[in-house]
Amino acid sequence: MPEVLVISGKGGTGKTSLTGAFAQLATSKVICDLDVDAPDLHLLLHPEALEEHEFRSGNQAEIDPERCVACGLCAEKCRFDAIREVDGAFAVDPFKCEGCKLCVVLCPEQAVDFPQRYCGDWQISGTRLGPMVHAQLFPGEENSGRLVALLRGRARELADEQGLELILSDGPPGIGCPVISSLSGTDLAVIVTEPTPSGRHDLERVVELCTHFKVPAGVIVNKHDLNAEQTRAISDYCAQQGLEVLALLPYDPAMTEAMVKGLVITEYSDNGLASALKEAWQRIADKAGLGA
Amino acid sequence: MIVAVASGKGGTGKTTVSASLCSVWDTPVTAVDLDVEEPNLHLFLCPEISGSAKATLEVPRLDEGLCDACGKCSDVCQFKAISLFGDVLLAFPEMCHGCGACLEVCPQGALSPDHRELGEVLWGSSGDMGFVMGRLRVGEAMSPPLMRAVKKRLAELNSQRPGDVIIDCPPGVSCPAVNAVMDSDVILLVSEPTPFGLYDFTLAWEAFGPLNKPMGAVINRAGLGDGKLAAFCREKGIPILAELPFSREVAESYSQGQIVAQATPELNQAFRELAANTRELYLASQSKEAAHA
Ligand code: SF4
Ligand code: SF4
Repeated sequence: MPEVLVISGKGGTGKTSLTGAFAQLATSKVICDLDVDAPDLHLLLHPEALEEHEFRSGNQAEIDPERCVACGLCAEKCRFDAIREVDGAFAVDPFKCEGCKLCVVLCPEQAVDFPQRYCGDWQISGTRLGPMVHAQLFPGEENSGRLVALLRGRARELADEQGLELILSDGPPGIGCPVISSLSGTDLAVIVTEPTPSGRHDLERVVELCTHFKVPAGVIVNKHDLNAEQTRAISDYCAQQGLEVLALLPYDPAMTEAMVKGLVITEYSDNGLASALKEAWQRIADKAGLGA
Repeated sequence: MIVAVASGKGGTGKTTVSASLCSVWDTPVTAVDLDVEEPNLHLFLCPEISGSAKATLEVPRLDEGLCDACGKCSDVCQFKAISLFGDVLLAFPEMCHGCGACLEVCPQGALSPDHRELGEVLWGSSGDMGFVMGRLRVGEAMSPPLMRAVKKRLAELNSQRPGDVIIDCPPGVSCPAVNAVMDSDVILLVSEPTPFGLYDFTLAWEAFGPLNKPMGAVINRAGLGDGKLAAFCREKGIPILAELPFSREVAESYSQGQIVAQATPELNQAFRELAANTRELYLASQSKEAAHA
């Protein structure tokens, strides 16, 4: 079953709004929001939770002041600078602790506890456009790569159970751990970019990443009419890389208006942008090997 | 003063604000790009790079001859970076966090420090402004250790040439973002007045709130969405330090790689006010601290 992932190398290119539109255009799919740090797709799809789960991952060191004799060995050995000494008492800075366990094993007094970290929640929901799998990490947490893998696994099971044809995912921003976790084994990456110097720069980095993980990719240039020259440069770059340009979408305030109303653009209007998106979706479906 | 320019999410104009703020800052300043996954600040400030260094992470190297497959190292490793398969030990350096635990516990001295390349740190100047950035190697998943290397370089440069620091932070509210704002004196949160913007802003406010640093909002593309973001700021007592109007002109000048503060006299004025308001917020927090002490 094909898995289509919409990514952009960074936020703010309109990735989530486009994913929302594709979710409306695709007939048989599970929708997945893999941006677990700052998910936004729910603001368009208004999911109602069917199942809610806690996400626990990794551990965190905690020094028990009763048992600690303040020898300072942990602070000296911690490579993350996560152990603070205040007036001769040692404590773990939860923001800096990476949960490596070094202090736990080194402490001669066994004064360091190592409880599991409750990092966030994930859920399976129903939406007007189909089932959705999504999550919210608590602010400041890491390990989103593992949560991304969990969501993708659940989306696949759900699609199998319900006989759905496609997994459509809104990817995380950036090119780091969560994106790497989203890409591996994905069938098609739809890269959304903007005709700006940073858009171009981020595009190149995310294309490199797709190449690295051997994931086929296509490109959508959003707001292409803001800068004809950059758009041309991006198109040339894509041609050079053998990447298909799936669509050039015009800048249209209707995109924001739809968002303010909590709708996806193809529900909100029938204008040029919406029809360009329909064509783009057709290309994506073909490329991903969907029957639709 | 260290100013962290952050945002709940990318694409809100964080880099535009950082670059513009740097360009109107009227005391010595160093611009830092801690968004090491997608550094963009240099595209606007066009610094002359005068030096660079590879940043590495210490990972274990195995001497098979000394290893007796006791498994102590794989038991301690929390990141599955070293694993015992039967009596064969395998290391996966790309998963290693460089904590050193395996090296500490190995009774045979079979592990010694090796290095994995994280990316590079680059520095230089743009006019009078100092400049430092980090660039993560493509395929590398861990940005915090590279950010530490950038901060270390910044500290060295700043000891030679003291001044203020403006940090373009990574987007989002997860570990790297918190890591970037952690050492700052003031946090500017750049957001858009849309439902996405408000949601991401709320997350950022929750993430950075516990750090107890003065925080101000910069509303970018004002007029584009609705008034809920401003209402949220009023309710939570977050000062709005600047509202930058949305205009197609601004979007176009940005797309040409221009520093927005230099696009029109009005925008220039708006960023000067933002600079002044930021300083004021900082000074107010300092005097509050002094009063408490
Ligand atoms: S240094 Fe830490 S993370 Fe790396 S292999 Fe050793 S125990 Fe694992
Ligand atoms: S702790 Fe040392 S001896 Fe034991 S398995 Fe690891 S490398 Fe080998």
